[in-house]
Amino acid sequence: MPTLLKAATSQVGRKILTGVTGVLLVLFIFFHLGGNLAIFGEADAMNRYSLLLHDLGPLLWVARIGLLAVFLIHAWIGISIWINKRKARPQNYQVYSSKGGPSKQSLSSRSMAFTGVVLLIFVVFHLNTFAFGDMETILIDGRETHDVKSLVIDTFQNPLYAFGYAFVMLLLGTHLGHGIWSAFISLGLTSKKASAAMYTIGGVVAVILAFGFIFIPLYIYFGGGCEATLIECR
Amino acid sequence: MSTMTINLKVWRQKNTADSGGFQDYKLNGVSEHMSFLEMLDVLNEQLIKEGKDPVEFDHDCREGICGSCNMVINGRAHGPKRLTAACQLHMREYSDGDTIVIEPPRAKAFPIIRDLVVDRSAFDRIIEAGGYVSVKTGAAPEANLIPVEQDVSNTAFDYATCIGCGACVAACPNSSASLFTGAKVAHLNSLPQGEPERKRRTVAMVEQMEKEGFGDCSNYAECEAVCPVGISISSIAKMRKDYVKAVFS
Ligand code: HEM
Ligand code: FES
Repeated sequence: MPTLLKAATSQVGRKILTGVTGVLLVLFIFFHLGGNLAIFGEADAMNRYSLLLHDLGPLLWVARIGLLAVFLIHAWIGISIWINKRKARPQNYQVYSSKGGPSKQSLSSRSMAFTGVVLLIFVVFHLNTFAFGDMETILIDGRETHDVKSLVIDTFQNPLYAFGYAFVMLLLGTHLGHGIWSAFISLGLTSKKASAAMYTIGGVVAVILAFGFIFIPLYIYFGGGCEATLIECR
Repeated sequence: MSTMTINLKVWRQKNTADSGGFQDYKLNGVSEHMSFLEMLDVLNEQLIKEGKDPVEFDHDCREGICGSCNMVINGRAHGPKRLTAACQLHMREYSDGDTIVIEPPRAKAFPIIRDLVVDRSAFDRIIEAGGYVSVKTGAAPEANLIPVEQDVSNTAFDYATCIGCGACVAACPNSSASLFTGAKVAHLNSLPQGEPERKRRTVAMVEQMEKEGFGDCSNYAECEAVCPVGISISSIAKMRKDYVKAVFS
């Protein structure tokens, strides 16, 4: 039998890893969207949520490092699959088209590497803006904490950010339109009925996630969530 | 009986090293009752009469069971019809004046030998790596000695119908051989006869598939769409599941 490392880097192993990391990333962004919903809560709900996360202490760092590893493994394998395909077919067809029927070729499935790379670049900018951005210090229940909310509201007053985010989140939805179903097939879903159901469920989940992440920046841009900040909103 | 004129754009390549290119042909008097391969026979007859080299293409049974005739017709492996091998395709699918582009299956692991003929021995080597079961030789055993549940034998049979044509590789955007390998693994792994080698088989065939230079699977399922016998990608999912089981036991 192969060693664990050899198995993990084999063609089938890589595919299973894409699936596992993909599912973990989807779970993470569900969690992330849940956190973002704080914008619709009490005026200080977002900053309280941030405080809650920081109170996790070392656990937060475990989660951060784990997430980074998952993200990098996912991106690395995704890009390597894309590079491999070029090697596996050095000369392309003059004419190529899908036969339809059970085929899952779609804008979504054919653009996985593209939408993925955009997401990778996006995450760098995203962390730079919100994780390493300049924040005021405020008091919550007598404890000092960063005023994340003002930074968020301020950032999305800029149409470039608000609409740029909305667009990238549309690409996230596109990535997941094929991705969620694909992950289940990668992880060994053999039932044809369940697969057909998963394709629909995956699509619906992709739409829900994309809608949530698109709605929030636009909501803020058009004046939402402004209470208890010093920002001049629309 | 009305006949058609068909314009053909056929890939011509003298040998593996040749760079190859398309050649245009006009074919008059094509009957709608001709099979696609008979149409190519007529083309070749015409070429031979003109003193030119006929177009080389693979074929044997001409009834969809041997898997020889895999070619890419207007961008689709085995042509426009689902569950149909190129040899079972008829010219009634086309109309007078149509242009048909014919290319060989393209994959690094399937080097072109000449024109539309490719070397598919990579598939043979994947089979050699584990696509067999160990049996006691001697007198043929009684067929029902090992009881197999009906739905298990049905599933195994569905996978066993693979004719090894390579349309899955031809149509896959990544040139993956996962459907072929998955079908062989899933067929034998589903049955009690295949149980003794199950783990070794799965790992060995997956390793060989990669060694041959086929691409990764992205679950496009285009392979299932072009498969002339309709092998499901559930075979690929089963291969993955059995691979994990083999590694962790
Ligand atoms: C929030 C971020 C992301 C999420 C939630 C996500 C989710 C997923 C899921 C669920 C899959 C299906 C896995 C499978 O088929 O087994 C997938 C596939 C893929 N992802 Fe992502 N992904 C994300 C970011 C990225 C990034 C940053 C890249 C690349 C730079 C990327 C590239 C890919 C590629 C290329 C595939 C297809 C793999 C294949 O061809 O089979 N993804 N993703
Ligand atoms: S020639 Fe045998 S399957 Fe087409």
